[in-house]
Amino acid sequence: MKFTPTEEQLAVQRTAREVAERLLAPKAAARDVSGEFPVAELAELGRLGLLGIAVSDELGGAGAGTIAYSLAMQELARVDASVAVAVSVTNMVAELIAKNGTPAQAATWVTPLVSPDGGLCCGAFALSEPEAGSDPAALRTTAVKTATGWRLDGTKQWITSGSHAGVIVVWAVTDAAAGHKGISAFLVPGKATGLTVARLEEKLGLHGSSTAQLVLDGVEVGDDAILGAPGRGFALAMMALDGGRIGIASQAVGIARGALEAAVRYAKDRKTFGQAIIQHQAVGAMLADAATWLDAAALMTLRAAHLKESGKPFGQQAAMAKLFASEHAWKICDIALQVHGGYGYVRDFPVERMLRDVRVTRIYEGTSEIQRIVIARNLLRSVA
Amino acid sequence: MDFEPTEDQLAVQETARDFATQEVLPQAAAIDRDHRHPKELVARMGELGFMGMTVPEKYGGAGFDAIAYVLAIEEISRACASTGVIMSVNNSLVCDPILKFGSEEQKHAYLAPLAAGTKLGCFALSEPEAGSDAAAQKTTAERDGSGWVINGIKNWITNGPVADTCLLFTMNDKAQGHKGITAFILPMDTKGVRTGPPDDKLGIRGSKSSQIMLDDVRLGDEMRLGEVGGGFRVALSTLDGGRVGIAAQALGIARAALEDSLAYAQQRRTFGKAIAEHQAIAWKLADMATEVDAARLLTLRAASMKDAKVPFGHAAAMAKLYASDVANRAAREAIQIFGGNGYVTEFPVERHFRDAKITEIYEGTSEIQRMVIAGYLAKGG
Repeated sequence: MKFTPTEEQLAVQRTAREVAERLLAPKAAARDVSGEFPVAELAELGRLGLLGIAVSDELGGAGAGTIAYSLAMQELARVDASVAVAVSVTNMVAELIAKNGTPAQAATWVTPLVSPDGGLCCGAFALSEPEAGSDPAALRTTAVKTATGWRLDGTKQWITSGSHAGVIVVWAVTDAAAGHKGISAFLVPGKATGLTVARLEEKLGLHGSSTAQLVLDGVEVGDDAILGAPGRGFALAMMALDGGRIGIASQAVGIARGALEAAVRYAKDRKTFGQAIIQHQAVGAMLADAATWLDAAALMTLRAAHLKESGKPFGQQAAMAKLFASEHAWKICDIALQVHGGYGYVRDFPVERMLRDVRVTRIYEGTSEIQRIVIARNLLRSVA
Repeated sequence: MDFEPTEDQLAVQETARDFATQEVLPQAAAIDRDHRHPKELVARMGELGFMGMTVPEKYGGAGFDAIAYVLAIEEISRACASTGVIMSVNNSLVCDPILKFGSEEQKHAYLAPLAAGTKLGCFALSEPEAGSDAAAQKTTAERDGSGWVINGIKNWITNGPVADTCLLFTMNDKAQGHKGITAFILPMDTKGVRTGPPDDKLGIRGSKSSQIMLDDVRLGDEMRLGEVGGGFRVALSTLDGGRVGIAAQALGIARAALEDSLAYAQQRRTFGKAIAEHQAIAWKLADMATEVDAARLLTLRAASMKDAKVPFGHAAAMAKLYASDVANRAAREAIQIFGGNGYVTEFPVERHFRDAKITEIYEGTSEIQRMVIAGYLAKGG
């Protein structure tokens, strides 16, 4: 039973830490204020192999596993959660196409997406709709067969990187009578005619990430745009979301680590009543709880990643990791802010941004409430 | 990074699970009700190699690693937390330090029977006025020719009334504070050693604890464990390992609460369906399972660091802090899931609730664990 990363995993982690410190840290606070999308930063991360970490070398990825992916995500999120989420979704899309697409689809989409200067910027995952979030069976976007392919109509909501993605996986109903089994996934170019960004959300946090409402108005795609067989879309979405949960758990762990490190630094520096505040038991105890939860969250996340990369079932462990990591990351960021006192509430210190950024990890890719439903269902199945 | 137990570790876990399910669990309620020390289970654990799990075979132990030890304690404690702590104390707090600090003669004479389970050990550090603050020891050890004469009172000594061998901490030079503490191996049948009445406790009632009164107890210098003045180092290094054992015990209690709740919630019906199907109950189960899993990973991680011989004090503190927290929360929720049935002794969860509490107290309270972790963070984490 090994709890330490391999040399290869450590190398990916080091690469991510180095680029995060060098490239992301200096402008993270500025992007939070300006809302500027990190186009140049994503290109540099692509050059380092961080947009397709678990994608094979042949397709242009880093050929590392899910553990390396999680470690890298933690490092990026520790510094800038907005960039990290764009990276997470891009990795998810690249892996989804690499695993389930035809060789031609992989060549068309995966390699340019994850390669240096492939021109696709990043990927997006368009499942949610205004009235279908955690319940994909309520989808309303339709794909109708045409002579040469499919015509897509509908509205997609909360699409991370939707405004900049070079490729968007769009879920649509191809057979309304078939329920779950009537949903299919399509690979849609970000510049497709008829695809428009109807609105960009203003958010509590993740200001450097774009969250778009996309309208598909008669978007025509070819027969080669469908991912997997027609009707496989729901299964693909569920599979991708299991993996996506590891990404979000990693993001939550990374943000929390950034916040805790800032809090420890501050608490060693700041003095009250004649000593550094970390020496006061009230402060030390809060930080001790935070450090304990953080280690547990990281262990759960990496364990789920290990199962995924060994090809074993990991849905339950991914749900647990996401639930635990996101809920505790929120508490850790809150503690970090509290330790900073008034300084935590202002933008001179990073924890105010981190607290806002981390909040969404309890919501996207399945709310905490959905994770609990998933976990309980698996528990009951295991003893039934 | 693989998170997977080895074949050997799995074999230990399976042996422990079979023993716990078939021999320990059927007696757990009665052991609790009767406040009975389960002597025959302790003997069986000796046969199974569970009383000196990480002690090499040449000293009578089973030669397993700390991961296997954690897996076994979890299984035993899942059935009966009292039996779990008897095992944990003998392994972590008595065998471990004699193995680490003892002379070859001490290992053959005292460690071997403890590790084989033919004798039982206890660890006497706490006093009426010295718990987590070990330097406040009042038990004295004074030079007496070539040996020592010891006087004092030890408190809350788990296994005290039933132990054969005691690892005893004394103050032989008050002026030196921490550095005045010296450890001894004390056979409990030595003249001048008496144990008080067993403590009447909230939980772990099958685990006997008591005061130990030391009245002009004479020990030869060959019974000293480690250096003169080296006792604090023995105690601290021992407690790191002990905390892993208690984390595993807490984990076992938490798992008992979860598994009993899961079974009950599927069988008990309200409003036309099993209560497990109601989100209010399903969520409790989901949170319990998630937290138990987190506690297990922290505990196994600490054990793996111990096996790798890297400093693991902070990891042990985190494991114990979190696992004990989870045990208490899980047991509380279990009673809630059982409703009125949770409050009566006919069902096991009120026992889990009472057993869980001690894990936040002994071998360093949760408050002490936080101090340990905060100290680690302050030093640079």
